[in-house]
Amino acid sequence: MARYAMAIDLEACVGCAACAVACVTENQVPPGVTRLWIREIEEEGPSRPQVEFRPEQCYHCENPPCVPVCPTGATYQRQDGLVLLNPTKCIACGACVVACPYDSRFLHPDGHVDKCTFCAHRLEAGRDPACVETCPTGARVFGDLEDEEGRLRAALASARRVDVRKPHLGTEPRLFYLNAPRATGLGGEE
Amino acid sequence: MKLKRRTFIQLAAATLGAFGLRAEAKPFFLERRRPWYRGEVTTLPSTCDQCFWKCSILVRVEGGRVRKLEGHPENPRTRGRLCPRGQGGLGQLYDPDRLKYPLLRTGERGEGKFKKASWEEALDFIAERMLALKERYGPETIAFFTHGGGESWFSEYLAAAWGSPNVAKPAVSVCVAPRETASQWTFGRPVGGHAPVDWTNARYIVLIGHHIGEDTHNTQLQDFAQALRRGAKLVVVDPRLSTAAAKAHRWLAIKPGTDLALLLAWIHVLIKEDLYDADYVARYTTGFEALRAHVEPFTPEWAAEITEIPADTIRQVARELGAHRPRAVLPPSRHTVWYGDDTQRMRALFILNALLGNYGREGGFYLAKAPYLEKYPHPPFPLEPAAGGCGGASAGKEEVPEGFRPRADKGKFFAKSTAIQELIEPMLTGEPYPIKGLFAYGTNLFAAIPNVPRTKKALEALELFVAVDVLPQEYTLWADVVLPDATYLERYDDLIAIAYKDPLIQLRQPAVEPLWEARPAWWIARELGIRLGLSRFFPWKDVEEYLEARLSAIGQSLEALKEKGFIQQRGRPWLSSWERWRQNPFKTPSGKIELYSETFAEAGLDPLPRYTPHPEPPPGHYRLLYGRSPVHSFSKTQNNWILLEMDPENEVWIHPDEAERLGVETGQYVWLENPDGVREGPVRVWVTRRIRRDCVYLVHGFGHRAPGLRLARGRGASDTALQTRYDLDPISGGAGLRNNFVRLVPGAPRPQHPPIGRLARERRL
Repeated sequence: MARYAMAIDLEACVGCAACAVACVTENQVPPGVTRLWIREIEEEGPSRPQVEFRPEQCYHCENPPCVPVCPTGATYQRQDGLVLLNPTKCIACGACVVACPYDSRFLHPDGHVDKCTFCAHRLEAGRDPACVETCPTGARVFGDLEDEEGRLRAALASARRVDVRKPHLGTEPRLFYLNAPRATGLGGEE
Repeated sequence: MKLKRRTFIQLAAATLGAFGLRAEAKPFFLERRRPWYRGEVTTLPSTCDQCFWKCSILVRVEGGRVRKLEGHPENPRTRGRLCPRGQGGLGQLYDPDRLKYPLLRTGERGEGKFKKASWEEALDFIAERMLALKERYGPETIAFFTHGGGESWFSEYLAAAWGSPNVAKPAVSVCVAPRETASQWTFGRPVGGHAPVDWTNARYIVLIGHHIGEDTHNTQLQDFAQALRRGAKLVVVDPRLSTAAAKAHRWLAIKPGTDLALLLAWIHVLIKEDLYDADYVARYTTGFEALRAHVEPFTPEWAAEITEIPADTIRQVARELGAHRPRAVLPPSRHTVWYGDDTQRMRALFILNALLGNYGREGGFYLAKAPYLEKYPHPPFPLEPAAGGCGGASAGKEEVPEGFRPRADKGKFFAKSTAIQELIEPMLTGEPYPIKGLFAYGTNLFAAIPNVPRTKKALEALELFVAVDVLPQEYTLWADVVLPDATYLERYDDLIAIAYKDPLIQLRQPAVEPLWEARPAWWIARELGIRLGLSRFFPWKDVEEYLEARLSAIGQSLEALKEKGFIQQRGRPWLSSWERWRQNPFKTPSGKIELYSETFAEAGLDPLPRYTPHPEPPPGHYRLLYGRSPVHSFSKTQNNWILLEMDPENEVWIHPDEAERLGVETGQYVWLENPDGVREGPVRVWVTRRIRRDCVYLVHGFGHRAPGLRLARGRGASDTALQTRYDLDPISGGAGLRNNFVRLVPGAPRPQHPPIGRLARERRL
């Protein structure tokens, strides 16, 4: 069974938001809400300011806090690791929105919660998620974590460092940030 | 910390009260909209027009609507990827604020009062006025300003058939003119629209004010990322820690306006320390001895005083350049109209590249070639105006055919192309002859030409002003007639020729019918041409017939191109391949790379680049620097909700020490005021160590005032409005914009905008 995951090389990312725009059109995300956004973090560096452009979205955690809190079973985790949501079962109670430590979920105006799906519908057709396909710098890599010969494992193996957000929470995000500009890892709140 | 596409994420979590919405009881059986990709999707290839890069795209259409745009996976310049602007093209196509019908002005110029007209009425009105003006003043009294994909139908076709030499594009004299002119008189070749830099093979890259990453020119950005991934070293020279500088191994925070001194010092070290490519110089260049003598005094110590970059650093970078040659390169940026001596600065940059022996070599510059194409066999036009373009005509003597007057810009430039800002004065003064009519296609005059008050006065003096655009941009309020253009997803354009390693011909074709009463540029030009008595130049009945004729002349067919989207031909990118054919790529007067320019000397210009100091900001003022947002193209995309949400306003960057002195903080709003009394804003302050203390920075393209742009209006400040002065580059005709200064005036009110999400609700995809 595949275990889907993504990596984003922060050394390559210029924060252009091509991924975020592709996500809007691919998934018809309505105005005012978002599945994918860019955080630009500016910190003092050793000789000059350091800038991290960090795309953020649902991390499809190995231990997703959003799943157990869902009272209707609308939010679920697939065998291949994708954390998805069945909108027809969702009662928009907002429990998962609160439970997500990454603020990755939002209330869709159609009356259900929504978030990144890793473009599950494109995976069916053997295509990369829309954000990965379009990324002009090639910063995003998508693949199967179980596939030792695959491009995802290769990207992880060749990275100078690999980080996930809020590792202390034990959520085990399946979106890895590679080569954070700060020597000690991700900038911002971590 | 900045968030693109906004802080509502936190808000959602913090104010779960918002979920009270849910109390409106969503029925559990609420019908979901079927996603577009579950429907019947058809795909056709076309060419993007969100900027001038002309990426090959796949357009996905479902239910009669364009749903998704993707990079063409087979096109060698696109490689299946697209930038944010390209991805977001449908936000413009379905913008309810678009111009929908032809309009005739009923109020004062600028007042914005119009009545709806039929195409027939509007075109007859224009033709009648144009012919009357021609009668009185001659055809050259009509100027044509153009920008964007459909422009060629006016700048290269209608204007040529009509016989006016006054055709100009902001893409030249407010953008690339200096680099094109410098390249022409150094290498005998233009840079062209797609800077022919072999990024991926470069080992050492020095960028000077080059905003890659903030400009998202697709191929270039892909190649840049690839170069860094392959371990190329990157040095960025910029008063601001740009996105590119954030990725650089070295950031040289140069004092603005002193780049030429730095370049001369680098040339000095390369020659002094014998680091240049002597074989290359001997074989391909002329004027080396004169250059050597010329740069003798320009030591790193001399340059350090001027540039505020330590002499050791200057020397070190020169040595590293030398060590990595010929795979060391200094790519030219596009927007090079900075200080008025810009052709000379760009000459210095090209001379430096030549000393590294990288021109025509891997890891340096490739020799771009335009594709072979035939013109449509129309009768010869009376005139071939030299509008230029990103890669257009940049050098050469101007020949004025019998019975025509030369163009009305000052006409003393070395560039063959026309300087757009120099055509404003003749509208006001009638010198050298009156320009009484203006036809503007997609050219947002108030965001593209410096000295906006003068432009407004000039527009008031016109007897005919026609604006063709997709959006009701502010300048259209001044027009007598406003014509709604079809967007690039609704129209054909002329064949798109792209100079590349292996050159390309691309097609732009409609994916859907034009909305409302919008019409494609080719149709407007042809209909107008016929009414102007120029039918003989428009023997084709529609654009497909025109395209078919051009394609069949080179053994291709429109049908095949409609399927495939592009045609690739063989190029000759390297010097070695030219030599194999015993041909010389250097089309200079000497047939060599001209380090020293005899032609410049004869014209009384510096034959070798020389540094001259530029004005300093007056007390209390900062130099106004400006640049790009990765999600916006100039001033054309701010009303596109998808892109606006990603970057909804520009901010004025200022150094923390200066901010403290002025008592302003990040998030506060200020006015920007220039010494001519122009006030812009309110604009949000961004306090950052990423900029020097002597300058401030704004992203270009914001500060819209047009009431019809319901999303874009009132957001941020316009850099162009603050650029009331410019320094004319006497060689290229470029308008140097960076000797404009501003001060921050605190106390501006925070603009009260409803959330974009609410404003754009009806624009949902």
